[in-house]
Amino acid sequence: MKETLTVKQKQYLEQPKERISGSEAIVRCLLAEGVDVLYGYPGGAIMPVYDELYKYQDKIHHVLTRHEQGATHAAQGYARISGKVGVAMATSGPGATNLITGIADAQIDSTPIVCITGQVASHLLGSDAFQETDIVGISTPITKWNHQITKASEIPEVLAKAFYIAKSGRPGPVLIDITKDAQFEEFDFQYKKCTGVRSYNPVPKVDDSKLKAAAELINNAKKPMIVWGQGVILGKAEEELKAVIEKAGIPSAWTIMGASAIPTSHPLNIGMVGMHGNYAPNVLTNDCDVLIAIGMRFDDRVTGKLDDYATQAKVIHFEIDPAEVDKNVKTDVAVLGDSKESLSKLLPLLNANSHTEWLQKFKDLYAIEFEKVIKNDLHPTKEGLTMGEVLNEINKQSKGQAAIVSDVGQHQMIACRYAEFNVSKSNITSGGLGTMGFALPAAIGAKMAAPEREVVAIIGDGGYQMTIQELGTIFQTKVPVKIVVLNNDFLGMVRQWQQLFFDKRYASTEMTNPDFVAIAKGYYVDAKRVTKRDELASAIEEMMQSENAYFLEVCVEKEDNVFPMVPSGASVSDIRLE
Amino acid sequence: MEKEIIQFTVSVYTENNIGLLNRISAIFQRRHINIESINSSASEIEGVTRWTILVNMTEEQMKKIIGQIEKQVEVIKAYYHTEDETIYQESCLFKIKSDLLFEERQIQNIIKESNARIVTVNKKFFVLEKSGRKNEIELLYRELSVFGIMQFVRSGRIAVTKDEMKITEMLAAFNN
Repeated sequence: MKETLTVKQKQYLEQPKERISGSEAIVRCLLAEGVDVLYGYPGGAIMPVYDELYKYQDKIHHVLTRHEQGATHAAQGYARISGKVGVAMATSGPGATNLITGIADAQIDSTPIVCITGQVASHLLGSDAFQETDIVGISTPITKWNHQITKASEIPEVLAKAFYIAKSGRPGPVLIDITKDAQFEEFDFQYKKCTGVRSYNPVPKVDDSKLKAAAELINNAKKPMIVWGQGVILGKAEEELKAVIEKAGIPSAWTIMGASAIPTSHPLNIGMVGMHGNYAPNVLTNDCDVLIAIGMRFDDRVTGKLDDYATQAKVIHFEIDPAEVDKNVKTDVAVLGDSKESLSKLLPLLNANSHTEWLQKFKDLYAIEFEKVIKNDLHPTKEGLTMGEVLNEINKQSKGQAAIVSDVGQHQMIACRYAEFNVSKSNITSGGLGTMGFALPAAIGAKMAAPEREVVAIIGDGGYQMTIQELGTIFQTKVPVKIVVLNNDFLGMVRQWQQLFFDKRYASTEMTNPDFVAIAKGYYVDAKRVTKRDELASAIEEMMQSENAYFLEVCVEKEDNVFPMVPSGASVSDIRLE
Repeated sequence: MEKEIIQFTVSVYTENNIGLLNRISAIFQRRHINIESINSSASEIEGVTRWTILVNMTEEQMKKIIGQIEKQVEVIKAYYHTEDETIYQESCLFKIKSDLLFEERQIQNIIKESNARIVTVNKKFFVLEKSGRKNEIELLYRELSVFGIMQFVRSGRIAVTKDEMKITEMLAAFNN
């Protein structure tokens, strides 16, 4: 029998085995995958694993978040800034269901996280036992993969597969549900990293003929434009993209998820596309002759009205996920594959070029946007503070080196528009799902994964109160994140829509807010409130200089709107400046 | 052509794992698409499950959904075909009162002509099985319903395709 085995299989079988419990195996698997920190919350069905985490606490740092949602967002922040897999853990029932928002967020933003949930003992499955919930069923449509383990012997292989699937190809969340009896059960442990799954092809092979066709279109283009997305960051293709842009002289814009892959100040970086993106790239999307999409998925917030989106242009789509090709925008040439490989193979096929006149068009439109919008946002002359000037001050004092973790709403759009990025993976935000409450826990994860970086969370007064309890996590772990709440006492983005599209009927958007400074201080986090312009610079300086966590509330103008804006259902070229 | 709603037969090869039905049906449910029939069974390859799903939609939508199905980690390959690109069968069972077999002579003729098969007969009822194309089963149903049917049940469609599906080669490529 043994003779039929391959050398690899023989080696595997001959590895030394140890008899340990399922729960210890879980921790050992995490260590084998290089996990140094995980976020979670204990409870009945996951207690055996926590008991092992206690024993292994010198090797693996478990961070007790104050809500399981916070654990998933922290794991996301960790993953987004480091490129590594984030790990979240929760008990069965409500612990597991509280993970759902973060999992959905990670799914739509392609963030590699592994969630481990405890489950009632296998003999109780389906009996409506205490804290039993069908988390595998619930999480199916929002996970890249999920699986329930009922036997300890499955643990090594399934967890290895979980990390492999979460990280490879287009990343995403994986949930592994483990019954309590499997956690207690003893078995012969051995671990082997997963290197492939037969039904899963994570990275399609780059087709050279497609590359040639793409290069030909680009070389013949008079008015080419690139829109890149997070695929560039996930593929670690920042340098390759920069080389392509510079050689072919192509004006290049980014989606919210692609921000920071190329420095803000790069002369060919023409800004953000989409609903609150920059004026020039939105307008000129409908003027370019070749549109080159790289690692982006033509989200509706990017395209506006699809029937009027770049209809004049030939579209080239560089994409790792075949399901994204032709999903929203019909492409003329689709180059499937990993962005790093595709772009490095594309580079030698491109002719050196500089589209000076075409680039000038972007500059001219930028000047209009500057005059109508940016100037007033960054250097306001009116009395009330603007969100833009806060970002401007943070840029100055961080010298554009900070990682910005934004929540969802007006402040997010302002942060993405105005934050200066010089380092990739510096814009951590909830793009696809638009999850309010994302930023505070995500900032915790980001700072822990990259302690050498300055991590500044920019949050609105609404979203802040959705996960405000994570101040407790900050206090307990002493993680030195900087928290800026831009407080306008409104759910600002919804209020803006009410003003523009619902005749100023401000239904349930005005917020009576608590004393945020007192709350922060209640968690022993240094805190300050700023209401006047002349206090802003020194307050931000104090925050940036602090070696500890710091909370800064900036009371901004109550009824400011974010412009430019592509009204929903309108074409990108009908973007409004006011 | 791309915008016209037609019936497609979706064939999906997957691993034989718990929860895949949920994962695949969720793809249709999320897009507000009704599944006309669905069948899951063994395939020509050991350990590989084959699904046959019947849906009505445009070809444009069909292509996108095939992409979403193939994106699932445990899906090996998915195809779609129009009816004339497949050879298919559906199967059904009729439970009918035994008295009718003797009282209504015409029933015997119907059974003969339709190539239906009597599975069992007892004093109270007999069970008739018929496999065939959709219209054949519908015809038999109409003919028998005149006499009264105690129970009727019909299977999901199963179909093989006229063109090749190189699943074995795909799996072999992974193993090498």
